[in-house]
Amino acid sequence: MIWEIIYICLGIGIFFNLLASIGLIRFPDVYTRLHAGTKCTTFGGIFISLAVIIYGLWKWYDGDDAMISLSIHAFFAMLAILLTNPTGAHAIARAAHMSGVKPAKAVVDELEEVKND
Amino acid sequence: MNVFMIALVLLGISVAIAMIRVLLGPTIPDRIVGLDTINTLVIAGMLLFGAAQKMIIYIDVAIVYALLSYITTLFIAKYLQGGEL
Amino acid sequence: MMALVASTVVCFVLWLLLTFNGKAWGNDEIIAGIIFSIIGGAITAKLVEKDYKPMSALRWLMFIAYLPRFFYEMAKANFDVAYRVITGKINPGIVKLKPGLKNNLSVTILANSITLTPGTLTVDVDEEKNLYIHWINVKDKFFEEDDEKCRCRYICSTFPDWARRLGE
Repeated sequence: MIWEIIYICLGIGIFFNLLASIGLIRFPDVYTRLHAGTKCTTFGGIFISLAVIIYGLWKWYDGDDAMISLSIHAFFAMLAILLTNPTGAHAIARAAHMSGVKPAKAVVDELEEVKND
Repeated sequence: MNVFMIALVLLGISVAIAMIRVLLGPTIPDRIVGLDTINTLVIAGMLLFGAAQKMIIYIDVAIVYALLSYITTLFIAKYLQGGEL
Repeated sequence: MMALVASTVVCFVLWLLLTFNGKAWGNDEIIAGIIFSIIGGAITAKLVEKDYKPMSALRWLMFIAYLPRFFYEMAKANFDVAYRVITGKINPGIVKLKPGLKNNLSVTILANSITLTPGTLTVDVDEEKNLYIHWINVKDKFFEEDDEKCRCRYICSTFPDWARRLGE
């Protein structure tokens, strides 16, 4: 039963991580690549750490005392992924726009209009 | 064969695909996006390896790696937009 | 002084959580933890904002109520990206949004939420706390709308209200 939950979490995590790297290849410019590279890896990372947390709690329940720290540390790693990933994406997007990369196929760019005024 | 190791191999494949973008990327921000993605994938891989080997030290390394790679991304972005470091 | 105490307590709780290994902590671990958390607290005390209102219990409860909503939007965002990766249908653009928030915490919460929710990515914030958002599928209806609240609906549903409740 618990193995099935771990399999499902790992499967979702791996699927979205693979999707993120395929999106990196298929999208046309920096900003759309950031969409794939940020959202999908955050979601996949959360599910992979959930699988590790469930595994640690299960082994702890079975009598292996030290495995509770596996769960706690994996939870902190999940928090780190969740907080740092979108912030890094903002930094890259802002730097790309300031260094002059135009969004490909864009129908509107209001930030460029503000900068030209 | 441990299921966590199988997942780790699949993660390795997605790191390889993201590496193609780092090598191809026409502009520098493209390469940085690829590197940022690889960083997150490596963190997830460290979690899986720690669970497979039942070694908690790998998870500690993953936490520190997450924070350090975040700082690296911020510094590269700051350098790219031409501000003072 | 309050900032020093608060950051020391946070550091100490973090130390206790990270050194827990299934058994009770020994005396030497507690003493080392107190020494290191006072050092860490002294270093980080000046990063705590001075006019920062203490987080009340109500706000933590509201944050917990916010999580399932946020997680639902995030799952939707991932399927949206999956659809666009497979079909390649995109119509991108950068639009300006005036959420009308005042302090830094609520803008941070809103910007991070927008980045993780469907089809949108925050690119820049200016001095008046207006957000510039890269939108992967720009709808024409957005520009016909005059009311700022209705414009927010298209991009981030009710997140500005949540950010105001959580951060101000």
